[in-house]
Amino acid sequence: MSGSISNKPSTDNGQPTTKYLKLSGLEPLIVTPETNFINVGERTNVAGSKKFLRLVKEEKFEEALAVAREQVENGAQVIDINMDDGLIDGKQAMVKFLNLVISEPDISRVPIMIDSSKWEIIEAGLQVVQGKCVVNSISLKEGEEQFIHHAKLIKRYGAAVIVMAFDEVGQADNYDRRIEIAKRSYDVLVNKVNFAPEDIIFDLNIFPVATGMDEHKLNAVDFIEATRWVRENLPHASVSGGVSNVSFSFRGNNPVREAMHSVFLYHAIKAGMNMGIVNPSMLEVYDDIPKDLLEHVEDVILNRRDDATERLLDFAESVVGKTKESKIDLSWREEPLQDRITRALVKGIDQYIVEDVEEARVAADKPIEVIEGNLMTGMNVVGDLFGSGKMFLPQVVKSARVMKKAVAYLLPYIEEEKLLNPQVGDSDNAGKILMATVKGDVHDIGKNIVGVVLACNNYEIVDLGVMVPPEKIIAAAIEHNVDIIGLSGLITPSLDEMVHLAKEMQRKDFKIPLLIGGATTSKAHTAVKIDPQYKEAVVHVNDASRAVTVVGDLLQKETATSYKKSIKDDYDVFREKFLNRSSSKTYKPISAARRNKFKIDWKTSEIVKPNNLGIQVIEDLDLNLLVPYIDWTPFFRSWELHGKYPAILTDDVVGEQATDLFADAQVMLNKIISEKKLKAKGVFGLFPANSINDDDILVDTSSSLEGNTGSLSGAETDGNYTFRTLRQQLERREGVADYALADFIAPKESGKQDYMGCFCVSTGFGTAEMAAQYEKDLDDYNSIMVKALADRLAEAFAEYLHKEVRTAHWGYAANEDLSNEDLIKESYKGIRPAPGYPACPDHLEKLTIWDILKVKETIGVELTDSLAMWPAASVSGYYFGNPEARYFGLGKIKLDQVKDFAERKGISFEEAEKWLAPNIVD
Amino acid sequence: MKDIKEILKERILILDGAMGTMLQRYKFTEEDFRGERFKDWEHPLQGNNDLLSLTQPDAIADVHRQYFDAGADIVETNTFSGTTIAMADYFMEDLVYELNYESARIAKMVADEFTAKEPNKPRFVAGSIGPTNKTASMSPDVNDPGYRAISFDELRIAYKQQVEALLDGGSDILLVETIFDTLNAKAALFAIEEVKEERNIDVPIMVSGTITDASGRTLSGQTAEAFLISISHIPILSVGFNCALGANQLVPHLEVLSTKSEHAVSAHPNAGLPNAFGEYDETPEQMAEQIKEYAEKGLVNIVGGCCGTTPEHITAIAEVVSKYEPRKLTAVG
Repeated sequence: MSGSISNKPSTDNGQPTTKYLKLSGLEPLIVTPETNFINVGERTNVAGSKKFLRLVKEEKFEEALAVAREQVENGAQVIDINMDDGLIDGKQAMVKFLNLVISEPDISRVPIMIDSSKWEIIEAGLQVVQGKCVVNSISLKEGEEQFIHHAKLIKRYGAAVIVMAFDEVGQADNYDRRIEIAKRSYDVLVNKVNFAPEDIIFDLNIFPVATGMDEHKLNAVDFIEATRWVRENLPHASVSGGVSNVSFSFRGNNPVREAMHSVFLYHAIKAGMNMGIVNPSMLEVYDDIPKDLLEHVEDVILNRRDDATERLLDFAESVVGKTKESKIDLSWREEPLQDRITRALVKGIDQYIVEDVEEARVAADKPIEVIEGNLMTGMNVVGDLFGSGKMFLPQVVKSARVMKKAVAYLLPYIEEEKLLNPQVGDSDNAGKILMATVKGDVHDIGKNIVGVVLACNNYEIVDLGVMVPPEKIIAAAIEHNVDIIGLSGLITPSLDEMVHLAKEMQRKDFKIPLLIGGATTSKAHTAVKIDPQYKEAVVHVNDASRAVTVVGDLLQKETATSYKKSIKDDYDVFREKFLNRSSSKTYKPISAARRNKFKIDWKTSEIVKPNNLGIQVIEDLDLNLLVPYIDWTPFFRSWELHGKYPAILTDDVVGEQATDLFADAQVMLNKIISEKKLKAKGVFGLFPANSINDDDILVDTSSSLEGNTGSLSGAETDGNYTFRTLRQQLERREGVADYALADFIAPKESGKQDYMGCFCVSTGFGTAEMAAQYEKDLDDYNSIMVKALADRLAEAFAEYLHKEVRTAHWGYAANEDLSNEDLIKESYKGIRPAPGYPACPDHLEKLTIWDILKVKETIGVELTDSLAMWPAASVSGYYFGNPEARYFGLGKIKLDQVKDFAERKGISFEEAEKWLAPNIVD
Repeated sequence: MKDIKEILKERILILDGAMGTMLQRYKFTEEDFRGERFKDWEHPLQGNNDLLSLTQPDAIADVHRQYFDAGADIVETNTFSGTTIAMADYFMEDLVYELNYESARIAKMVADEFTAKEPNKPRFVAGSIGPTNKTASMSPDVNDPGYRAISFDELRIAYKQQVEALLDGGSDILLVETIFDTLNAKAALFAIEEVKEERNIDVPIMVSGTITDASGRTLSGQTAEAFLISISHIPILSVGFNCALGANQLVPHLEVLSTKSEHAVSAHPNAGLPNAFGEYDETPEQMAEQIKEYAEKGLVNIVGGCCGTTPEHITAIAEVVSKYEPRKLTAVG
């Protein structure tokens, strides 16, 4: 090799510099021998994905972006983008889509492969991407001159290149032609263009085998052998290819195709193929391919017998037949014991687990060995599959159910064994983790999911449940000698509880890491507020799969110290950045914000008097009424499956899993409804109201007093109550109003009588009992399912009731006709903001709602210390009916408003500051 | 004249400090900016520092002189905004060639004076190529993320014009600096390669990015290493960071470049972070103390200053780093 082939010289001690293929998006990707195989995502290719083609054609770029995002989330290390289709303007589509991709850091963190057969599309793509891309592809097809011209430009644009084994004569279809063209291309690139050899990637043409034609028999072998030759003879070059071609003749028979892909890759990677386009869902684990199928497939791929194709074709028919009736296919029951146990865990089948575990127990010396051996072997497979994105959360929770059932069966034997051999210690777990939802908070779905997944990974979980006071957490941590504490919370006051607990842990000189999770938590809050309170590691973890890696890193003896330090440093840096950033925003005094309030013209604004003023109670609503109002998208999100319902059911990556989960949810929903397991209760009221003093709303409930028994806290005996609303203070561009909810109600001085309402609904009654029963049966999957569904039903109830209020009780939208989809999109008139959410983040107003509606007395929903609702599956809020009322986010407010708020509300400044803390400008 | 690549192996080279900070000391008025030649220009010109190369050439030469006196090996031409894109603010697109040519000529003239006096310490001129005021991979409109205010080709053409003039005026080096969007820099590098090929010349290129916040990313979102990979396709003399952060915050990012790059590494940070009034108040001593860490750790081959730095800063920095060996270069160029 000539010494001047690139700008990267050898080191001064005479050793050649390691020339690795280096690519970049927002982050680097360096292809080294250790990276093994770079998986190129192929879903954003109009030639390969009908769905993507349709989205691009219909200009649904948002959804097209979701396809790209999902690939990255599922582990694609490079994304291939191809817009070659006769019906679209490829150049324009490429540029438009790339520009959008670049704007999404969670996608553009990986390098991009610009894929086109048209040079103008490739060049247009290269001109909009800042990172180092891969061009897919160029070749000698049109002659050396053009090849050199394109290569030179690619080098100047700063991209790596895929070279197809194609020349003036045609596409290389045997071993000799492949190496001939590869060698010639390489020599031209390296010697004439000065192209860096490590930036050259060969696509040596993967062609189908088992086509029935003799000349195709060697297609796979030739590719594999040519790969070996390239890697041995063309220094630093890589080899890539589109794997699915190899199985083209078996379209429609996925089990065979999956096996063929795996076998092919297994051998090609060994020969040096280090990159490729593979659909991960079309890949069987090599070791999992049934022996007989493997043998037949390997015969074909490696061309080991003359009749290999015929034999595989015959065999394939039986494979197709089997998969079709896979539901009742019990052939796996014939397999060795460990395989059966592993399969039961991976597939989440609990029917036979006791039988299999008993067999294992009899064979083992000690019952504990079944857990540490057979079951952990299976769970490790589950952990690996989950870790690599090949299994999804609901499956893992089902695996856990099988595991628990097996362990429960073994426990009595283990106890017995302990009595016989007292020296035998406890089972050897990877670490002990305390989990708790903090004081005042009742939400535990996320916490339970994380607990289950960690338990699957052999951690012992000490779960203290919900509403756990700090002293109890501290005491339990000491008592159980745990290795990590994990805190969860959903409502904003829980953030303070977490800060408090971190301080307590510091005071007690704890040395263990603290994990923070839950919907309201964030890396920013963790870094800025919690981390400085505790000298040890504090980590924000918001999903189950990350929890496993983080806990692993924290407890791994070799890496723990450096990991903790890196976390601490990361949070230091993040905090500094965050504090610097927030200071750049400016806020106006509350007086100025009030002057710039949102102004409705009360002279012309139409105010409708409610048909039914006063309070109404719904004792026991038929749950069937709520089903059409369920918004399923958040349900899938709670299981960490991301995508919009119903599209998620047919999604390329999670579709199958989402469909299974949805089916299980329907079963549970039917059970809940037909057996009346949950009770839907609600209370709401509509009242005369006017805004006063800019930001307050005076509500007159006297119409529903009916001989009230005197004053409750904050109430005035005449039935007048005041809601205090908060106003935006962030300095924004001219002409944008500073909203407060009070702006949507006619001010007293307008002389117009206006109205508003408030409500609380719950479908949580019965949830705890049902969940507890499932937990007792070691069925976390269904326990989480019940809670997730109860949450959805409560939201559906709120939606249903709002509609009833709009069309009947208040009646300002009597003729409204909106689909459920429109409801989810909030296309209706009027709003129902909830205390604790963006328009009114202050939870304190819930107390006023509770007073007005007597929520606790009428339907039994209570407020915790932190003003979370119990049962958790409850929703409360206000009704505003003005057509101009809209949802907004309060954002941050200044201390002048906090002070003003405290005075208006008659509470101390400190108390106001405590409740509003998450919204106060730092 | 000794080759700069040879000198880089021997010692840490000193780049100059801020031009703008120095020019502020002259308190030039609108009339001063206009000079005789532009007295009837229809648009305000105060603040167009690049224009001073035409209207106040003595002041520009004097600033260069002060920096050479302070110990700089390399001064940057007064051309940070010398593209048709940035000059559009003043409707001076047609003057771009002249601005760059004159700025390079003035700097080269001063450099030659010093080299003649001290032939064993040759002085160099780096043609400064700024980022322009538009970004090629980010949308200025949050509601339309797919929109771009400028294209690669527009940038390439503008940069090419600047590069040609800088070279014609006598620049020894080209410095693509304050890169907040790597795609802009790639367009500049593309243009430089075109000029090199057309003229059949080689010219050392320095590339300097800007880490805009403490998370360690450029404004366009790249990590230091991703940035390095994205500009490594061109044979360059050095890669580094300047502006935005103070010297101490640059350390981790320079460490990345130092371990991952085979090129020389440069740094010319600001004199600390701007205070509430937008001024930089790190003293020469404070800044030199922090730069000392670069040298102690063997992270750099070229150091200098950006916003807020003065000849006093450069003197202090030059003195501190003179005691240290440069970062070991496996090879250059």
